Amino acid sequence: MRRPIRDLGVLLLLAGYAVPYFWQVLTSLKPEAELLVLPPVLPSRLTWEHYHVVLEQSLIPRSLVNSLGVACLTTVLALALGLFAAYALARLPVPARGAILLAIVAGSAFPQIATVSPLYLLMRALGLRDTWTALVLANTSFALPLVIWLLAGFIREIPEELEQAAALDGASRLEVFRFVLLPLVAPGVASAALLAFLMSWNEFLFAYTFTATEASRTVPVALALFPGVFEVPWGDIAAASILASLPPILLVAGLQRYLIRGLLAGALRE
Amino acid sequence: MTPRQRAARREGVLYLAPALLALGALTVYPGLWVLWLSLQQRVPIFGIERFDGLANYLFLLADPRFWSATRVTLAFTLASVALEVILGVAVALALWGQRLGRRLALGLLLLAWALPTVVTAKMFEWLYHPAAGLVNLLLGGRELNWLGDPALALPGLILADVWRTMPFVALLCYARLLGIPAELYEAAQVDGAGPAAILRLITLPMLRRILLIAALFRTLDALRAFDLMFVLTRGGPAGTTETLTVYAYRSLFQTLQLGFGSAVGVVVFALVMLVAWAYLRAQRREEAAS
Repeated sequence: MRRPIRDLGVLLLLAGYAVPYFWQVLTSLKPEAELLVLPPVLPSRLTWEHYHVVLEQSLIPRSLVNSLGVACLTTVLALALGLFAAYALARLPVPARGAILLAIVAGSAFPQIATVSPLYLLMRALGLRDTWTALVLANTSFALPLVIWLLAGFIREIPEELEQAAALDGASRLEVFRFVLLPLVAPGVASAALLAFLMSWNEFLFAYTFTATEASRTVPVALALFPGVFEVPWGDIAAASILASLPPILLVAGLQRYLIRGLLAGALRE
Repeated sequence: MTPRQRAARREGVLYLAPALLALGALTVYPGLWVLWLSLQQRVPIFGIERFDGLANYLFLLADPRFWSATRVTLAFTLASVALEVILGVAVALALWGQRLGRRLALGLLLLAWALPTVVTAKMFEWLYHPAAGLVNLLLGGRELNWLGDPALALPGLILADVWRTMPFVALLCYARLLGIPAELYEAAQVDGAGPAAILRLITLPMLRRILLIAALFRTLDALRAFDLMFVLTRGGPAGTTETLTVYAYRSLFQTLQLGFGSAVGVVVFALVMLVAWAYLRAQRREEAAS
């Protein structure tokens, strides 16, 4: 088979694979009256009415803000703690390094359903129910092990000579870290940040359990609880799900390289 | 140990401490606390809170709903992971050597993986709609009630999970394929091996390791999965899609039995750790053998 034809065929197949999503996009733009009639597949006209409803009359906009805030703060917290930990594990003679690494991997395998009840009691005792803080802390429990694991690997890939040279020139360890290592490991930091953000954006169980009102409800929760008065508002739900998926999709489209690098590093390094 | 080394060590501990403290408070502590909770009768609304030994676990042994949830969890995990691995290898092989629009191809593939699971659940709920769903239309205008029929709900759920996570397996395999040295293939072709023999004797053996890793990750995720079944089928109809995670959640936060629900959560915990441990053992044995 000729190369371009085969390549085109693969692209078409993959476009077919993404049809469930395209169908949701189309549904979000269909007039209400045509939703439950199939065929025809294509609507007579496209309309923004569902987006108007979602943006003006639902809690989705507020939940998008919550999701964005929680995901950004989780990412920042996991990076702030994780960068130093990864640096220590990769470069400094810390005691029991093997055991610590194993504990971090094991920690990332903890099922959320097992830790959700103690965390719920903890959040209640700390008076953090229905706050961003509760979600940021809970999400850090899975984002941080991932970030440490990825960054320790990325740092170890970088040859140590430059740092040693800078240290010989009299730079302190923090200066070496900030001015020599950090610029070199920046792509790795981007990969780790991207994965932490996506995991936090998509998280549902903790958010469903620890939130109670729109003060902290994230968008997966708002979508799961999307209200219908008499019947299921399929068009509005479709519009809400497109809005909820926009940030991940834009990130995957724009930062594909970093995402793939992070996914591969997470799986391949042992 | 020289003073310099000792200083470096101290600094290392200092850098690690905040992260380890956070992980200690947010994973280790809850991990131990849940074991303790699972040994209690704890129903906050009735003010019940007492140590009860293994009573929750003994109850589980004779609880048909627990065994049903265990069966559903295992069936879901086995079927999802098997389909993902097979499809993932097929897609990786198709992508291999793709020149035209490789970025677009990977983007289309990763789209399904990047979506929030709740979005995927809502999407498939609509795709499975008995009268207006695309799935029934593609099946020639049938009126199958995918999510309402006890025989179809679990397959429907598995299909949604495979759609969502197969790209992860495909991506790992694809990356591995790119790393196979071309000389291997040239040598095989010189020896007169056909495409089928090359696939069986070179490509698949080269994928073995990465497939094991992908299957491990996916198995752990499938055992822990919650969002998809909780939103798409709510464990129904008639409990045919109620996994251990859904059972645990309902016990914890719908019937508010914190002790009993924690015991079900601990069973999921144990299953996950058992699989991870078995994998590590197998890997170590393989390394010792080679």
